[in-house]
Amino acid sequence: MTQTDHHEMGFWAKYIFSTDHKMIAKQYMFTGLAMALIGGFFSYCFRMQLAFPGMSVPGYGMVSAGEYNALVTNHGTIMIFWVAMPVLLAAFGNFLIPLMVGCDDMVFPRINRLSFQIFFLSTIVLLAAFFVPGGAFGGAWTAYPPLSAKAAYSLTPIGSTMWLLAVALEFVAFLLGGINFITTAMNARAPGMKAFDVPLVIWMIVMASIIFMLSVGPLIAGAIMLLFDQVLGTGFYDPVRGGDPVLWQHMFWFFGHPEVYVVLLPALGITADVMSVFARKKPFGLRLIVYSAMGIGVLSFVVWAHHQFISGIDPRMANIFTITTLLISVPVAEMIFLFMATLYRGSITLATPMLWALAFVAEFMIGGVTGIFLGDNAADIYFHDSYFVLAHFHYTFFPIAIIAVFAGLTFWYPKMFGRMLNETLGKIHFWGTVIPFNFIFIPLFVLGIGGQHRRIYNYQHFTDLSSSSFQDMRVFATIAMLVLLAFQVVFIYNFFSSMKKGLPAGKNPWRSNTLEWTTESPPPHGNFAGAFPTVYRGPYEYSVPDRESDFWPQDEPD
Amino acid sequence: MRPIATTRSTAGMATGQLAVWWVVASEIVIFGGLLAAYIQYRMSHPDWAGYAEHTNVIAGAFNTFVLLSSSLSAVLAHQAAEAGDGRKAGKLLGLTMVGALVFLTVKGLEWTTEIQAGYTISSNGFWAFYYTAAGIHALHVVAGAIIMGFVARDALAGRQLHRVELIGIYWHFVDIVWIFLFPLLYIAK
Repeated sequence: MTQTDHHEMGFWAKYIFSTDHKMIAKQYMFTGLAMALIGGFFSYCFRMQLAFPGMSVPGYGMVSAGEYNALVTNHGTIMIFWVAMPVLLAAFGNFLIPLMVGCDDMVFPRINRLSFQIFFLSTIVLLAAFFVPGGAFGGAWTAYPPLSAKAAYSLTPIGSTMWLLAVALEFVAFLLGGINFITTAMNARAPGMKAFDVPLVIWMIVMASIIFMLSVGPLIAGAIMLLFDQVLGTGFYDPVRGGDPVLWQHMFWFFGHPEVYVVLLPALGITADVMSVFARKKPFGLRLIVYSAMGIGVLSFVVWAHHQFISGIDPRMANIFTITTLLISVPVAEMIFLFMATLYRGSITLATPMLWALAFVAEFMIGGVTGIFLGDNAADIYFHDSYFVLAHFHYTFFPIAIIAVFAGLTFWYPKMFGRMLNETLGKIHFWGTVIPFNFIFIPLFVLGIGGQHRRIYNYQHFTDLSSSSFQDMRVFATIAMLVLLAFQVVFIYNFFSSMKKGLPAGKNPWRSNTLEWTTESPPPHGNFAGAFPTVYRGPYEYSVPDRESDFWPQDEPD
Repeated sequence: MRPIATTRSTAGMATGQLAVWWVVASEIVIFGGLLAAYIQYRMSHPDWAGYAEHTNVIAGAFNTFVLLSSSLSAVLAHQAAEAGDGRKAGKLLGLTMVGALVFLTVKGLEWTTEIQAGYTISSNGFWAFYYTAAGIHALHVVAGAIIMGFVARDALAGRQLHRVELIGIYWHFVDIVWIFLFPLLYIAK
């Protein structure tokens, strides 16, 4: 696919085999958002089963026990690996990095294209598993052996292997993408752009890519070992044959916990940038935000064993991991305080992106604070594998993968499509998402404290858990989820109708400083129409005293 | 058409070099995780030393020698490329590829003997690691040799000479991994 003249590219060259970072970003974005709908549909199916056990779910039918497990497993897998990663990291990374550092494309455009193609293949493999004999894998998104290693236990001989292959392909895609992100941001910056002239969202995406790259290795090795256990009959994780199932837990979580921060950092970066624009203020403690993120990155490598507190690890080791786990909340809390200080005495506009950014900070704090209980090894013995854990990580991942994603989408939509989203619809969608979100998961905290264990198909089978007060809370949470899903229609309508009918955005609708706002909306092929910007100052020079305008674009000479 | 982005080097290092070092960094943790798991298993299973006795140390030592020598020709190829002699660089890379081929042939013969003697990947934990670790490494040798073929072809025609160094960095990495594997799998008894 050589591009001789970009004005006359055919459909395939332009939309399917494009090497343009903006098109690849949109490919990742639409695939990720489509997967979000699928993941959301899965949660609808299993939440309906929990609220109304044994009833046929409208739009799906009866949920069998095996299907319930497959739906839960793939809901988790999809939301983390096929929604949070492709949208936060790949879509925003691809779209923003070349534009914000002032160059025309990624440094390796064809590797970038390959990255998406492998990602798309992984999507097909993951979803195809639902249609093979035995169905899709149902052993949870963490795929602990022996359940994941032996078909006799999982009952999904083909589904387990397809799940593993899909995840492995996805890792390859993000390694290729990550190398592009890091090298582009390091090496292709505009003349004059020093380290702290790089916007926070780029800092965060690059740091996230580095954390991903340095943590995923052991899991790749571990996944090969699990694959061999599945198909070649090795016994890496089989204690009878000298293996150790807990080894997988270590390899999985050595990646799995940093992965939380891999998706958190871009979300924090988006929030910081959006807040700065709508508070017309430089982020408070700009450098401290970056250093805190580095601290989070380093600490994220030494917290993983808090997932094994009851897996039979040495209690002395559990104590050490309790300390490191509680320690990582320090830089996170610090960042949250810095964000609040950014708002102080700002000139705040509550536009839709700002609402999402504020909601991110508020909701993520609940996720962070409840994490303290679980990071403590003594308390975790009670909470482990309960709905308290489930509610906790939904209070972290929902703000990350949904709320921060909406902050980013609503903020950069004008740049992506050249038109403004409808503000009224945007606000209806915002409140219709954030309020039901709390109504879903607060009851689940209560249920978890009450002893409700996770991964149970039908609570009627357990006398302790089948009381009507418990069941009422399950029904309440499920209804809240239906409301939340219904409000997404508002967003989908707004998203597509605004592409045609929205007000023209112009170059810089938010009066922002960063380089992507200095070019056309949407930017042309090559981004800056030949004249690449030179950078004269940092990205957050808002409300500078003695200046007529309250913003100061990075590329404007003094 | 190459984008302008590719030609910039804000960090003061060629983009290709930067990328290869990041690839190496991500590979280190793959082998690091695998070997850490192996070492932990070895320490808790003293009986594995008995299985390790059956490995062919001579074949392993010969392969170590071959792989190290192939790194030498990769270095000489880099030197030739720096001097602008694409033909010489291409030929020296060809020599490195011959080394890779010898390495893989010896490895193949070795595995055939082991399997015929009844030591397969599913025999026990030691052999599972033996085949898995060496197998993943061998895949890296194959991938490196194929990429080297493209680089050598370009170099012979005097094109893309900077890539000679990049494939060299990768090749040395593959080499170093083997230097860890050889004592851990063959010599440690």
